[in-house]
Amino acid sequence: MEPVTWAALLSAAAVCFALKLGGWLVPPRLLADPLVRRTAALLPVALLAGLVVVQVAADERALVLDARAAGLVAGALALLARAPFLVVVVVAAATAGAVRALS
Amino acid sequence: MDEQQIPQTRSDPAALEDRAGRRAVWRQALSVGVASGAYGVSFGALATASGLSAVQACALSVLMFTGGSQFALIGVLGAGGSGLAGVASAVLLGVRNGLYAVQVAPLLRVRGLRRVLAAQLTIDESTAVATAQRAPALGRLGFWTTGVSVFVLWNAATLLGAVGAGIVDTTALGLDAAVGAAFLGLLAPQVRDRPALRVALGGALLAAVAVPLAPPGVPVLLAALAVLLAVRPAAPTRRR
Repeated sequence: MEPVTWAALLSAAAVCFALKLGGWLVPPRLLADPLVRRTAALLPVALLAGLVVVQVAADERALVLDARAAGLVAGALALLARAPFLVVVVVAAATAGAVRALS
Repeated sequence: MDEQQIPQTRSDPAALEDRAGRRAVWRQALSVGVASGAYGVSFGALATASGLSAVQACALSVLMFTGGSQFALIGVLGAGGSGLAGVASAVLLGVRNGLYAVQVAPLLRVRGLRRVLAAQLTIDESTAVATAQRAPALGRLGFWTTGVSVFVLWNAATLLGAVGAGIVDTTALGLDAAVGAAFLGLLAPQVRDRPALRVALGGALLAAVAVPLAPPGVPVLLAALAVLLAVRPAAPTRRR
């Protein structure tokens, strides 16, 4: 169990909890600003989009298209077909696994 | 949502209405809990695939207890990012939990240690069920039942997924691709209008451009700048 990973886990968990608790402790007026709310609502959108790209196409410092991209396309199709989350994930895994097995 | 059945023959209509309302809230809370269990199994499995031990995956689900941040952390660490980049990504994805208190605190009116407990349970699901209720008492019930149900089921599911994935070959099974699809699955429901779509595409583009230029972990953080594509600070009177 890598010490770096534990340090990252514990500090990330601590800050996330501080964020949750902070919301309970600061005056509501501060957080009710429309700009603050809009930015907070869109942060996950920006970050998740970045995470998709990095997870699927990054290989160290290069962008590559491999079995992971095939898996993502399959998962995206499942999403468009309104499949539940778990099905989307399984479809992506199965597709990537199949591409790897066949190549 | 919750149907309030008005009884015709019983002599205590208010009490019956109250019980029906409470049952409806319990049903919502439990179904949300079960749904989060499905996500939790994915999280546990993908955490293992990203290099975490089962203990680490479970610790995350107990201590951090917020899905988006947890997925982000394992994504960045799994892609070779530094611990700092992982922490920053998780934190940015957790910012919205701080805002939920604005909606939930007036409803719950708790103090002291119960406030700390309520804070840990302040996540998307508990806030959504709490704020969907018309009656404040049902809102409070919704918050606590959903919070506890998600906590129990999310953690049990994480354990199941982490241990299950620990005994298989995660690369051969394409679980690294599954992490990407999980991010897409979390992203899709949040892209509900044009500005959100702009932010999503902008984030993807920023990350893609940054991959060859920056160390692992940093491209995701740069993607956060894409929120600037939707923010219009010059219109303070515009209604949302």
